[in-house]
Amino acid sequence: MNSTPNDPDIRVHLTSNPKYLASVRGMILSLTQTIGFDVVESGHIALAVDETLTNIIRHGYGLEAGNPINLSIWLVQGEEKGIRIVIEDEARQIEPDDICGRDLEDIKPGGLGVHIIKDVMDECTFEKRDDMGMRVTLMKHLRPKKIDCTENSNTPR
Amino acid sequence: MSSQQNIEVETEKVPAGTVIRPKGDIDLSRAPAFRVEVAKCLEDNTGAVYIDLGLVPYMDSSGVATLVEALQLTNRSGVKLALFGLQERVRSIFEIARLDTVFKITETFEQAQED
Repeated sequence: MNSTPNDPDIRVHLTSNPKYLASVRGMILSLTQTIGFDVVESGHIALAVDETLTNIIRHGYGLEAGNPINLSIWLVQGEEKGIRIVIEDEARQIEPDDICGRDLEDIKPGGLGVHIIKDVMDECTFEKRDDMGMRVTLMKHLRPKKIDCTENSNTPR
Repeated sequence: MSSQQNIEVETEKVPAGTVIRPKGDIDLSRAPAFRVEVAKCLEDNTGAVYIDLGLVPYMDSSGVATLVEALQLTNRSGVKLALFGLQERVRSIFEIARLDTVFKITETFEQAQED
């Protein structure tokens, strides 16, 4: 089967069961480290995906198991090099402008997920899908690593 | 298939109060069970509450919410609550949520007992 340039590199279909969150995190951690993200960045990307899925399962589907969630992942090359993850559901639609994290000064349980996602990812958009459900797009750029040459600074060339 | 998973939580009475020691990831699948275990400990407890997170490799906002709830309950009853032994990945979520200054967070149990 041939793929087209716009096809995702990876597609994952899961159902809205919190039991699957650990497996998805493991897959994201492994994939992001394979393409060059460091351990901290990989952990942050896995956290953002986990928080997005948690929001869908908890708020979109009301903790009801068995509903569809689709992840599409592109390993982006060129100037925008990095990873783009699109997560789509068939849950109830809400206005994207109404999706916002709580004021962090107001200390109370809950309401942190959206703040965490926006904090750790470079780009994050929420959209209503045309027919049903919501679409969340997450982007994290892969930045060149700084090379520390201090240890070898006195090494003759 | 049940969507919730149990969590292993060890509790230990110490002279100053109770140490709560959860084991494993705390995400949406385990946070409800963790919440129940923490609530039980708070009911039975009279002294300070120390939560050892050394055996928790991962926590998301569901786990953090449980701890914020516990902090509010202990604050209301004038009981001290401290977290210690956090792994780097877990500590990071408290920093992102700017809760690292709201909770008393230390590296060791000995530091957690200091005022």
